[in-house]
Amino acid sequence: MQEKEKGRRDFMGMALGACAAVGGVGALYAAKRTWDPLPSVKAAGFTTIDLSGAQENVLVVEKWRGKPIFVLKKSEDMQADDRDIVIGTARYHVSIGLCTHLGCIPAYEKEQHKFKCACHGGEFDASGHQIFGPPPSPLEIPPFKIDGTKLVLGETGPEYQKMLDAGLTV
Amino acid sequence: MAHFEKAKNLNEWLDQRLAINTLKRVLNTEYWIPKDINFLWAMGMVLAATFGILVLSGIFLLMYYKPDTNLAFDSVNYTIMSEVGYGWLWRHIHGVGASIVFLIIYIHMFTGIYYGSYKKGRELIWLSGMALFVAFSAEAFSGYMLPWGQMSYWAGMVITNLFSGGSLEAYGLVEWIRGDYVPGDAFLTRFFMLHVFLIPLVIIGLIVLHFGTLRIPHVNNQEGAEIDFKEAADLWKSGKKKESKVIPFSPVFLSKDVFVMGVYFILFFYLVFYNFNFAMDPVNFDPADGLKTPAHIYPEWYFLWSYEILRPFGKDAGLIAFGIAQLALFFLPFIDRSPNVAPAHKRGLFQVWFWVLLVDMIVLTAMGKLPPTDPTFAWIGLVSAWTFLALGPILFIITMFEKKIEKGA
Ligand code: FES
Repeated sequence: MQEKEKGRRDFMGMALGACAAVGGVGALYAAKRTWDPLPSVKAAGFTTIDLSGAQENVLVVEKWRGKPIFVLKKSEDMQADDRDIVIGTARYHVSIGLCTHLGCIPAYEKEQHKFKCACHGGEFDASGHQIFGPPPSPLEIPPFKIDGTKLVLGETGPEYQKMLDAGLTV
Repeated sequence: MAHFEKAKNLNEWLDQRLAINTLKRVLNTEYWIPKDINFLWAMGMVLAATFGILVLSGIFLLMYYKPDTNLAFDSVNYTIMSEVGYGWLWRHIHGVGASIVFLIIYIHMFTGIYYGSYKKGRELIWLSGMALFVAFSAEAFSGYMLPWGQMSYWAGMVITNLFSGGSLEAYGLVEWIRGDYVPGDAFLTRFFMLHVFLIPLVIIGLIVLHFGTLRIPHVNNQEGAEIDFKEAADLWKSGKKKESKVIPFSPVFLSKDVFVMGVYFILFFYLVFYNFNFAMDPVNFDPADGLKTPAHIYPEWYFLWSYEILRPFGKDAGLIAFGIAQLALFFLPFIDRSPNVAPAHKRGLFQVWFWVLLVDMIVLTAMGKLPPTDPTFAWIGLVSAWTFLALGPILFIITMFEKKIEKGA
C-alpha cells in the first residue's frame, strides 16, 4: 500500500518535471525568436549600388543595413589589391565604413590615398588594410554580388565567396 | 478559521489580519543596529531613497516619452523639456539621480571594502550588493539609449559590438541583441522595455534580498567587533540603554539616516537646479546619425574605469581584461584570506592595497575620459589597467600572511 503510494508520487513528480521541461524549452525558444530581427528588417538587408557613375579617387558613401559603405573607384596609379572588386577594367574598393577598432567612421584623405580614423588615430590604405594605430584588422567587405555594373549588397556572389575562402575578409 | 475579536481600532483590526505589530517589531523597533557606526553606513538608505526618486521621476517622463527612433529625440528634447509643464524638472531629477546614484554606490562599496564588511558570514551581503551594482549598470546603460542622441546611438553600437566575441566573430549574437544590423527601432523598443520594466523589477527584488541578507549576520561596525546581539538587545530593552552596544533601527538609527539624507538632498537638489549639465553629455543633444561618428566615444563617468581597462589591449585581450574587471570584485570575500574583520587602517598591508585600488580606479576613470591619442596618457592607462588586474592576486597573497589582530589591542 505504502509502496504503491510512493511509486505513484514519484511518477507524478517525474511527469510534472517532464512537462515543465518541455514547456520551459518551448518558451525559451519562443523568447529567443522574438528577439530575432524581423522579416521586414531582414528583407531590407539588400541594397543595390550602381558603380558606373563613380569617379576615380572620390569616395562615395552609401548606406546598407544602416551601416555606411565606402565605394572608391581606384585610379591607374593606385595599387591593385586582391580585395579590389574588378568590373571590366575598373577596380573598386568597397568596404563597410566602420573602423575595425571600435566602430568609428574613418575619413578619406584624397591626396594620400588613405582612410584616417579620428577616434584613436587608426589608418587604412586605399585597399582597406590597416597601416597604423589600433585597428586589429582590415576594413570589412560586405557580402556582394556583381550584376552588370551594379553591386547587390547582402547577397553572396562567387567573387565574394572567393574572397571569403581566401580569408581576405570575414 | 482563526478566531477574530472585535477590533477596537484600525491598528488592531489590521494586526489581527496581517500581524503588522510583529512585522514592525522584526523590521523596525527590534531590528538592532550597532551604536558604533558612522555616517558612511547611511549610504544604504540614501541609495534606497535615490532609487525611489528615480522611479517617481521616471513615471512622469514615461507619460510623454516615445520609444520610436523617429520620435524619441524630440519627445525628450522638445516635448518634455519645453512643452510639458515642469517636464524639465523630472528630466533633470532623473538625469542627476542616475549619475549621482553611482557616486553613492561607489562610496557604499568602498565603505564595505574598507571595514571588511564582506567577510565571513557576510558574503551574501556583498554578493547581492554586487548583483545590484550590475543591475544598476544595465539600468543606466539602457536608459542612456532612450533619448536617441548621437552618444546614445554610438554607445549602443560600441557596447553591443563587445558581444561579437573578439576573434570568435559571433556577429549573429550582436544582431540578435539588436534585432537589427545596427541599433534601430527594435533595439530602442527592447531597451525601453528593459529600462522601464524588467530591470527595475530585478532591482527591487535584489534590494529586498540585499536587506534580507543583513538580518542574520547583522550590519558590521566601525571596529569590526563581534557583538552578542541578543544580550545587547536585552540590555536595551531592560532600560540599560547606555550599557547596550546596540540601538533599534527605528526610530533611533533611522533618525541619523534621515539627517544624512537631508544633507544629501540639499546637494542633490542644488545639482538638479543649478548644475544639471554635469550629468548631460553635450554630444547627446545631436540626434542619432548612423553615418557620422562623434569625434570620440566615451561612456558616462561611472563606467570610465572599466572602459579604460578594455582600451589599451588588443581586441581579444581587451575583452578578457574587461570581463575580469567586471567580475573581479564579486570574488572579494573569497580572495581576502585574512581572519580579521577590522577597518583597513588596522590591517597593515591591506590598507596600502585599499588606497592603491581606490587611486587606481580614479586614475583609470580620468584616463578613460581623455582621447587616447596622447602616448603618455595611453601609457598611464596601460599601467593602471595592469595594476588593476594585478591587485586581485596581490590581495590573495598579502592577506594570506596577515596576522590575527588581538582584540582590544
Ligand atoms: S575606432 Fe578607429 S581607431 Fe579606434
